[in-house]
Amino acid sequence: MSITQERTTKVIGQRLLRREDPALLTGEAKYTSDLVIPGALHLAVLRSPYAHARIKSIDVADAKEMPGVVAVYTGKDLHATWVAPMPCAWPVTPDMKNPVHYPLALEKVCYVGDGVAAVLAASDAVARDALDAIDVTYEPLKAVTDLEEALADKTIIHEAIGTNKSYTWNLKVESAEGAVDQAFKNAAYTVSKRYVQQRLLPMAMEPRAVAAVPQPFGGDITLYSATQIPHILKVMTAITIGIPEHQVRVVAPAVGGGFGSKLNVYAEELLCVALSRKHGAPVRWVEERTENAQATIHGRGQIQHVELAADKNGKLTALRVRLIGDMGAYLQLVTPGVPLLGAFLYAGVYDLPQAYDFSCTSVFTTMTPTDAYRGAGRPEATYAIEVAMDALARKIGIDPYELRKRNYIKKEQYFDDKGNQTGYTAFHGLNYDSGDHLSAAEKAMQHADYAGVRQRQAKQNVPGAHKRIGIGMTSYFEMCGLAPSRVLASLNYGAGGWESATVRVLPTSKVQVVTGTSPHGQGHETSWAMIAAEKLGVSPDDVDVLHSDTAIAPLGLDTYGSRSLAVGGLAIAGACDKVIDKARKIAAHQLECAAEDLEFANGMFSVKGSPDKAVPIAAIAFAAFTAHNLPDGVEPNLEAQYTHDPKNFSWPFGTHICIVEVDTETGKVDVLKYVAVDDCGQQINPLIVEGQVHGGVVQGLAQALYEEAVYDSDGNLKTSNLAEYLVPAACDVPPITTDFTVTPSPTNELGVKGIGEAGTIGAASTVMNAVIDALSGLGITHLDMPASPNNVWKAIQAAQGGK
Amino acid sequence: MKVSITINGSRQSHDVEPRTLLVHYIREHAKLTGTNIGCDTSSCGACTVHLDGEAAKSCTILAAQADGGNVTTIEGLAKNGEMHPMQKAFMENHGLQCGYCTPGMVMAAIGLLNENPNPTDEQVRHGLEGNLCRCTGYHNIVKSVLAAAKK
Repeated sequence: MSITQERTTKVIGQRLLRREDPALLTGEAKYTSDLVIPGALHLAVLRSPYAHARIKSIDVADAKEMPGVVAVYTGKDLHATWVAPMPCAWPVTPDMKNPVHYPLALEKVCYVGDGVAAVLAASDAVARDALDAIDVTYEPLKAVTDLEEALADKTIIHEAIGTNKSYTWNLKVESAEGAVDQAFKNAAYTVSKRYVQQRLLPMAMEPRAVAAVPQPFGGDITLYSATQIPHILKVMTAITIGIPEHQVRVVAPAVGGGFGSKLNVYAEELLCVALSRKHGAPVRWVEERTENAQATIHGRGQIQHVELAADKNGKLTALRVRLIGDMGAYLQLVTPGVPLLGAFLYAGVYDLPQAYDFSCTSVFTTMTPTDAYRGAGRPEATYAIEVAMDALARKIGIDPYELRKRNYIKKEQYFDDKGNQTGYTAFHGLNYDSGDHLSAAEKAMQHADYAGVRQRQAKQNVPGAHKRIGIGMTSYFEMCGLAPSRVLASLNYGAGGWESATVRVLPTSKVQVVTGTSPHGQGHETSWAMIAAEKLGVSPDDVDVLHSDTAIAPLGLDTYGSRSLAVGGLAIAGACDKVIDKARKIAAHQLECAAEDLEFANGMFSVKGSPDKAVPIAAIAFAAFTAHNLPDGVEPNLEAQYTHDPKNFSWPFGTHICIVEVDTETGKVDVLKYVAVDDCGQQINPLIVEGQVHGGVVQGLAQALYEEAVYDSDGNLKTSNLAEYLVPAACDVPPITTDFTVTPSPTNELGVKGIGEAGTIGAASTVMNAVIDALSGLGITHLDMPASPNNVWKAIQAAQGGK
Repeated sequence: MKVSITINGSRQSHDVEPRTLLVHYIREHAKLTGTNIGCDTSSCGACTVHLDGEAAKSCTILAAQADGGNVTTIEGLAKNGEMHPMQKAFMENHGLQCGYCTPGMVMAAIGLLNENPNPTDEQVRHGLEGNLCRCTGYHNIVKSVLAAAKK
């Protein structure tokens, strides 16, 4: 037996290298498409080339004849297979319209990429070849790609619901009736803006992949999928196909990024399961990139009307928001909830009185369904308030930083009169856990040399300047750590927001942590080992982290919404506490003292006042295993399960600053510097935190400068691969200057907040404010994303009267 | 048709369809799944390997074109249980997150240093423009390559 040595250094906060890396760096890691599955049939899906059409007939005879083809199915062939339609877990209003849809279309197709038929064959190549032999006759109908036009209901996409409108969701908070209207009437300044959140393609580098392996006689089925949500997928697979839940096991092998796009229940997952059961053989499917662009969910897709009212000092007095949300053709898992996640963030980090009027109307279009994409609702909200704040500053004639300083929630507002940390209860009733917005902003200002850049700008941005400098900022708030279950109930979400962990100390004192989170790049194995090591006083090398297999980690709600640490990490801490409590009883029994007289530090129980009377937790683990001498009523083994339901969301915040140079002749934007000062509370592993910020910032920056899912008026996606959709390369993005302030969250024991989405939430508005700032001297005060050379050049031409 | 390729020092021969791409030969015939596929337009670089000593996107080459050639994949970099200095640099500088682009990125980075042993930040960024990463924002990838160059 090896007894773990006493550990006295603090683990949390160290820049530990990731234990995940050797497998990923050597090709040893297995993604779903790497799995060797003998006897597997290959699935290929025939997809609609039309955005909107009626299926008149499908002739599969020729395809069935092809050598190697095992079976061909249409939507009608499989209709009896489904016990329930494709799931949507978030009916945001009681009257929300949710058109019934199945893994394969029945009467109609509603977007380019909608599944029409499925081929099973001996190889992927044969299956895909056979798609060409299927003859579908369509009656093309009018595509609906414009949100405002969709709302007019001239072309109804889903006849059964009779309208393209899915729902309207309101959040109106007024100190007295009419407060918003009154504030606008009394305002010294108002700003009214229309912003477009273009559709984005998540483009995780690993396309989706699925393999279903049945046990034809036992009845069990194992579903391997490149998913962020093995636990939710297990429940939904059971419900939609009618398999007893205990017979479904879902495994997420190595997963190559998600960003929300793998937070879903997809047709191909259900097809693989259903067809593998039908044929009594494994069925697998690997997505091609073009399919990924068409058939994996898209992000964003909103039109935002934002109105600010401010007094003569620029202090915000009211806010009005009208959104139109693009749902795409159908509601996927959490499609309708995305705008709601932003609804609480339109006032950003500002001290808004109770004068807020938010309404979102969501519509169906004949485009790929939208759903959560990195930040999900919160980048959109942050963009709207932060770009509008710059517009307000220009109107008042003051520096945007000065305007923000006048509006920040002050540090002292997070404390009561007696100095107790109470958090700040915002106008909408949610409590912001902690914040120090000015400190983060000041730090960012120093890194960016804000005053220096303003001077340089004054010299450089003269009339006729070929290259103009711009500096933009964003002070953001993020609502994450999804989520307190009771709050989710109030928003009609179909599940809770808890997370589960099991911690067991093995007989040889090694530790297993079983988590319900499901990492796909975030380094949970490293960070979770650090949390358990810190709590139990052992080395992180002695802690193993098990995850992403519902047979090993049966309880969990998976990874999205920057929840893994703020909820899942706390579950691990809680399970460790339960283990320590149990070990304390055994230690007291061994040391012949009362449990209350023992202190636990650095992995050692010792009697208060008699430090020589001590026993390490490692020895207790062995004693718990042998069970030779346990106190009465104490079960053998040292193991505990804990489920954490957060008391509050967590609220990371920070300030980002971007400096750009715009070439007025070509419209090209060069990012000279990007500074991110983020505050995610206590950091577990700063190395990983920085990496999350880098990647997040570049995804937000990419929305501002490069990315857009472009549809033509016939509903064809014109950017359906990585040659046409501009995911930036290394040479397209700047180095990122990262720094941090640390304002621990008082609502959880670890003081943590979450960092997965912060970079993306802060970046798009920061970059766009910089670009607009560079061009404002030319009379440009508005620019839609992406600020591509073409769009910038056109804006400059228009501002100069077409000259 | 029969195609023979030496992969990571081991000579292999397989009967393949003429349309077989090198990446499919590596993954499906040689059973080396460390080389990943991320697109269908030769844009992402996830499948980058070394062919006769030079970095190449294995989705742009037919297996038949590589007949008689010498291929190194990510599995062939570690020697005697020790990772290649570039692999180590990626680990030490947190140059990877989900790891899917990583094998291709590492192979491209080694190819880059073979051609330019002391690149600047800017040269690394341009040298890797054929390899896409969605997780890291490239910051730590560039750092990793510069660190490997110093080794």
